[in-house]
Formats: sequence, C-alpha cells, structure tokens
Amino acid sequence: MVERKTFRLMLLILGVVFAFLYIPISVLVGLSFNEGGLPTAWTGFSFKWYGALLENDNILRAAGNTLVVAIFSTVFSTLLGTLLAIGVEIRQRNGKWLETVIFAPMIIPDIVLAISLLSFFSLLGVKMGLHTIIVSHVVFNLAFVCAVVRARLKSFDWSIIDASSDLGASTFITLYRVVIPVLIPAILAGGLLAFTLSVDEFIIAFFTSGAGRASITLPMQIFAMIRFGVTPEINALATIVMSVSVIALALSQRLNKGGLPGQ
Amino acid sequence: MSSDRRPLILMSPAILWLFALMVVPCALILVLAFFRRGIYGGIEYIWTLENLRLVFDPLYFNIFLKSASVAGLSAGIACVLGYAAAYAIATMPRRNQPLLLFFAVLPFWSNYLVRTYAWIVLLNREGLIVNLARWLGYQGELPSMLYTEEAVVIGLVYNYLPFVILSCYAPLLRLNPEITEASRDLGASAWTTFRRITLPMTVPGIATGFVFVFVLSIGNFVTPALLGGGQFQMIGNLVYAQFLTANDWPFGAALSMVLIAVMLGLLMAQAVVAERASGLKKGQGNG
Repeated sequence: MVERKTFRLMLLILGVVFAFLYIPISVLVGLSFNEGGLPTAWTGFSFKWYGALLENDNILRAAGNTLVVAIFSTVFSTLLGTLLAIGVEIRQRNGKWLETVIFAPMIIPDIVLAISLLSFFSLLGVKMGLHTIIVSHVVFNLAFVCAVVRARLKSFDWSIIDASSDLGASTFITLYRVVIPVLIPAILAGGLLAFTLSVDEFIIAFFTSGAGRASITLPMQIFAMIRFGVTPEINALATIVMSVSVIALALSQRLNKGGLPGQ
Repeated sequence: MSSDRRPLILMSPAILWLFALMVVPCALILVLAFFRRGIYGGIEYIWTLENLRLVFDPLYFNIFLKSASVAGLSAGIACVLGYAAAYAIATMPRRNQPLLLFFAVLPFWSNYLVRTYAWIVLLNREGLIVNLARWLGYQGELPSMLYTEEAVVIGLVYNYLPFVILSCYAPLLRLNPEITEASRDLGASAWTTFRRITLPMTVPGIATGFVFVFVLSIGNFVTPALLGGGQFQMIGNLVYAQFLTANDWPFGAALSMVLIAVMLGLLMAQAVVAERASGLKKGQGNG
C-alpha cells in the first residue's frame, strides 16, 4: 500500500529520530565503562568508576537519603492515592473542582510547587529535612497513583461489590477482600511509578530539604557534581540511576498491562 | 451506595493532603506576591502592587520574553520532529508499532538530570562532538557549543520529544484509513492528502504536544542552569534566585504568579482545542 519511496523516507525519519534519542545516553553509558574515563580514547573496559562510587561517602549518604524518601513517600502516596481513586470512582458525580485538584499535581510546574512549599514550611516555622521532602513528594505521587488505579477501575465490574454486600460482607471486608485484590496489579504499578518519580525528583527535594548537606538526595548530589564538570564517576552514577528508573517503570507498565482484561 | 458518605471517607485523607500541601501553599504564593519585601529580606505585611509592576519592568520582562521564545522554539522543533516520528511509526507494519513506540518513549523514563547531563558530555569543550570533528581532520577553533541558547533548546527538545511523539501518535492511530484512501482514489497526491486530510485531522495531537512542551520549557530551571551556564537566565532561574539567593520572596512570588497565569491560559486554550476537535468528530459521526 505504502509506496516504496515513502517507506524509505519513513525509515530515514525513524533512523534520525532514534539516533537523536539514543546516541547521547549510549555515549554516557559507554564512557562509564571506559577505563581511562575520557571521551578522547577508549583505553579498555572497566568497572573502576563504579567501584569509585562505592568509596564516595557523599554519594552513599545521598543514595541512602533517596531510598528513605522514596520508600516513605511511596507508602503514603500509594495508600492515599488508592483510597482516593476508589472513592472517586464510587462517587461518580465529582465536581469539576475536585477533578482539577486531583489532576493539578501532575501538571503543576515543579518550580511552582517547590517555591510554594518552601514558603509554606518557612512561614510555619517547620524545620526542613527528609520529612519535608517526603510529605512534598506525596503531593504529586498520590495523584499519579490515583490516575493509574482509576484507569484500572474503569474496567471494574461493580456488580461484584453488590454481590459481596448481598452475601453479608461489611464495607471494610468488601474493600479488603474484593476490591483491593482486583486492584493489586494497578496498585503495585502505581507504587512503582511513585517510587521512580520520587527517586528521580530533583527540584522539589532541592527546595524543601533545608539548609546544609544532611538531607541531600541523589539527584541533588548529581546536580552539584555536574556543575563542577564532567567526571567519569558521574557517568557511572548516571548510568545506575537511569537503569533503575527504566527497569522500575518497565516493570510498572508490565504489571499494569497484566491487570487489564484483553491485553 | 453512591449517595452515602463512604466514598467521601475514602477520599478525604488524600484531599486533605492536597489541600494542605498544594492548594494552601499555592494560594500563599498568590498572597505573598502582594506584600512588600522587608529591608533584610523578610516580608513586610503591607499591601503593594510594586512586585507585579516590577515583573513588567523591561529588565525582567525581557527574561520572560526570552523564556517564551526559547520555549516556543523548543516546542516547535519538538513538534516537527515528534510528528514526523509519530507519522513514520504509524506507517510501519501494525505489529511493529507498539515496540517502536515503546523505544521512542523509553528515554523519557530515565532521570531528567541524567538526560540533560548526556548533552554536556557531547557538547563540552573536550566532548565527543569536538573530538569527532578533530578526528575528521578539522583543525580550526570550534565555536563553543555548551552554555549557549542553542544548547538549552537542544536539551529541551531532547527531553520532551518522546512526549510529543506520544501525543501525535494517538490521533494518527485513530485516523480512519478509508478517508485517506478515498482521497487518493479521488486523485489527490500523497502530499495533498497529507496536507488536506491527515494533518488537519491530527492537529489536536500537535496542539497538545506543543502546549505541554511549551509549558514545561518556559518554567524550566534545570536545563538552562546546566546547559545555559551561569549567564543564560530563564524565568525559572530568576524565580529560583529570588527564593534561594536574592531573598526577595514577594518578587519571586509575583514572577511565579505571572508564570502560572501564562501556563494556565495555554493549558485552557489547549483544552478548548481538544474539546472542539472531539465535538467535530462526534458531529461527523452523526452526519
């Protein structure tokens, strides 16, 4: 159907776009394994720069902080986001304002939320640290979890809820034994998404972490390192961070797809 | 079940959270913009329009215009590349499309800082591109590529391209092939068919892509800070400076307020375009 010339042109376009998308990150990953560490010459394959990361206390502390922030914000946001999604889908008739409030955290520019939270915490006199990063991350994370779970609920057969209550189950039992098990793939997918977003988030963490280096997270550490210039260590760190988010999100997608009938 | 209070109980923790940590802080910013800056950097609770006036002072307004032009250019380039890629994917054999789309979006999932950093590795003075040029035999002095406006635009296009590919692919996929076939059967060339049929029917996808890239770019702080160097300022960097270095929170709040107004305006315009487009399709379906 498609003429040969057009088909060749399309392949060319795909080639150019994919090259543009993949060359920069491939170079980065390649260089992280270069023994000499410089882009000028390939001096041999080595894990040397990955080893160097393990000896860098700043990076290890930042990685630990990131893990704490990501785990806590994921737990809170998965819980809140799932309950929100179920409530919203049961209620059906939700006003426009409610939909806006739920949708807003996903599109509000990071910098706006970051400065709003910074002003809010300082005017209240809250001492900032990992806990303020966690509660701030929950804001956008719960919206994403809610969106993922709601998508799953669209294909939910509500009659099983009536069946459950007809058979004498209380609301709580119905929620716990009927609704949640059906939603588990979506909840896990939402949780993984939240975890990844939290691990990768930089601006809000940067503004709500308070002064000093005590509660610096991995993206903040990377940002600081990049500003001092390109080093082989950043290449290695960047490769790890990138792999973690890509794997987690691929897993999240996979889980979510598995939960949808007919896919 | 839907009329009782149980769904509200499920919703309330999250709604309260969003209210306390998003609605209130954002409202606070709006209020803060109308207070006066204290002599030592604090806030004096006296109403003033001075901050808002200062935003429109040429000194700062030019940064706004600069940010808008960088965002517009990035969004434009991303739309051309993204649409071409989405169109190319849509012409490939149906069974290969999901995989192609997956690989087009995959980079979008990796860390934003890392993706931006990758361009520093390519563009810096000892970077790959300079080395490549030397290896090819170029002897002269190469113009500095990093820390320029072009570098910022490249970074923004690179970071948001997958998003445009997605937003353009959806309407291309929904496009009824019979319509384009009819156009070809009636004697229109491939190019005419594309220009008169395909393109107009997929405009909502392009509009969505453009608006989102523009909105994400105009308030961007990371890319100008890393690829633009210290000299190149966009509105996000200016806001950042007011809060973390200059300590003029009311002015920073006023800047953010104008930024939010611009973004909201665009997002609403985009929603109108999308709604009108879906209305159009329904109308066609009935007629």
